[in-house]
Amino acid sequence: MSSDLAFALRGVGTAVSSSFGLHEVSFDLPTGYVMGLIGANGAGKTTIIRCLLGMRPIDTGEIELLGHRAPGPVALRQDIGVVLDHTYLVGDWRLTEVERTLRPFYDRWDGVRYRGLLAEFGLDPRAKVKDLSRGMAMKLMIAVALSHQARLLVLDEPTSGLDPVTRDELVGIIGDFLLDEGHSVLFSTHITTDLDRIGDYVTLVHGGRVVRTGTKDDVLAAYRVVRGGPDDLSDLVGVQLIGLRQTATGAQALVRADEAGLLGGRVLVEAPTLEEIAVHTGARVPASAGGAR
Amino acid sequence: MRVVLSNSAGVPIYQQIKEQVGTAILSGELAADTALPSVRALARDLRISVITTTRAYTELAAEGFIATVPGKGAYVRPLDSALVREQLLRQVEDGLQTALDAARRAGLQRDDLVQILDGLIQAERISQ
Repeated sequence: MSSDLAFALRGVGTAVSSSFGLHEVSFDLPTGYVMGLIGANGAGKTTIIRCLLGMRPIDTGEIELLGHRAPGPVALRQDIGVVLDHTYLVGDWRLTEVERTLRPFYDRWDGVRYRGLLAEFGLDPRAKVKDLSRGMAMKLMIAVALSHQARLLVLDEPTSGLDPVTRDELVGIIGDFLLDEGHSVLFSTHITTDLDRIGDYVTLVHGGRVVRTGTKDDVLAAYRVVRGGPDDLSDLVGVQLIGLRQTATGAQALVRADEAGLLGGRVLVEAPTLEEIAVHTGARVPASAGGAR
Repeated sequence: MRVVLSNSAGVPIYQQIKEQVGTAILSGELAADTALPSVRALARDLRISVITTTRAYTELAAEGFIATVPGKGAYVRPLDSALVREQLLRQVEDGLQTALDAARRAGLQRDDLVQILDGLIQAERISQ
C-alpha cells in the first residue's frame, strides 16, 4: 500500500442489477490533486463513489483508501469529507444544531472553523437545513467536511443544479482546500467545463467501465475529433470511429490520436475538448468497447 | 506578480504563465529574491490545475529564471548575465530577421541594408 495515493481502485466489480454493474474498474489519484469523474447519467459514477466510501460491497477487486485497504479502520472515516447529491442532515435542524449533533462523531472537530466557514460561505447559523437552497446545502456539507479536517474530499455531482456564480465559488473553495499538499479531491460531474481548468486528473466512465483515466492533458492528447462530409468517414481502414454522428451535411466522430494520421486530407482533424470526448465516448455501445483502455 | 491568462490565445496556459513571469523577470519588474506564490496558491488564484502551475514553474526553474525550494515556495534568481545576453541576442536576431524580410519585399540588396544600418547608428551618435 503506497501512501502517495489518495485512493486506488483495482479491478473493482459489483453487480447493481441484472443489467448494470461495475466491471474491472481501475484508477487512482495521487495525493494532492483533483480528479474529475466524468460520465453521463447512469454511467456508474455514483456507484463508484459508493464503493470507494464503503457504502456498498464489491464483488471483485480491491480498494485502497488513504494508505489503507478498504474498508480500513473506523477512524479512517474522519479523514474523508463527503458531499452527496442529497443532504443527509435532518431538515428541522438549525445549523448550530448540525454542529452539536455531528461534533461527538469526530475527534478533531473544530467548532471555530465551522462557524468561520458558515460566515465565509454566507450561511446563517440560525437557518434550518430544510430552508437552504441547493447551493447553500452543498456549501453546508463542505463546511462540515472541512470542520473535521478531512484529507480527502469526495463530492458527488456538486455542481449540478448550481448557478454559475456558486459553481465558481466551489472552484475557489476546492482551490483553498488544495493549498495543503496532503489534501485531495474527487468529484463526479457531467458538466465538463468545471474541469477544463482545475482538473488535474480525469476518469471517463461509461456503462460501468472506465473508458480512459489519466492526467487531463494526457486524456486530451489521446483523442482527436474529426469532421467531414457525409461520406468522408465511411470505409476507413484501421481507424475506429468513436461515437460516429452522421447527418445529411456531414459526419463527426472521435478517433484515437495515433490513428488520426490514417484519415487522409479531406477531413478536418482537431484537438477535442473534454466535452467532445465525453459526448462521443458516452455515445458508444458498451459491447463494442474493445479498445477502451 | 502579474499574470493575465487568455482563454482564446491558442497558447497553453502553462506557456502563458511561463512567458509572462519570464518577461517580468527580464524587464526587472520582478527583482532578484522576490518570493513568488506557491504552485498551489497560484493554481487557486488563477482557478487552474496544480499540474499546470507546477509545469510552468518547473520550466522557469530549468531555464534559470526561478529557484524552487521544496516546502517553502519559489523565488526569483539573480539575473545571470549569460542568460540576459542570450535573450538580448535573440531579440537582435528577431529584429534583424524582420528587417531582412521587409528588405526582400522592397527589393533591397545587402549594401542598401548595411547603408541603412550605418545611417541609423550615425543618427543615434549625433542625437547623444
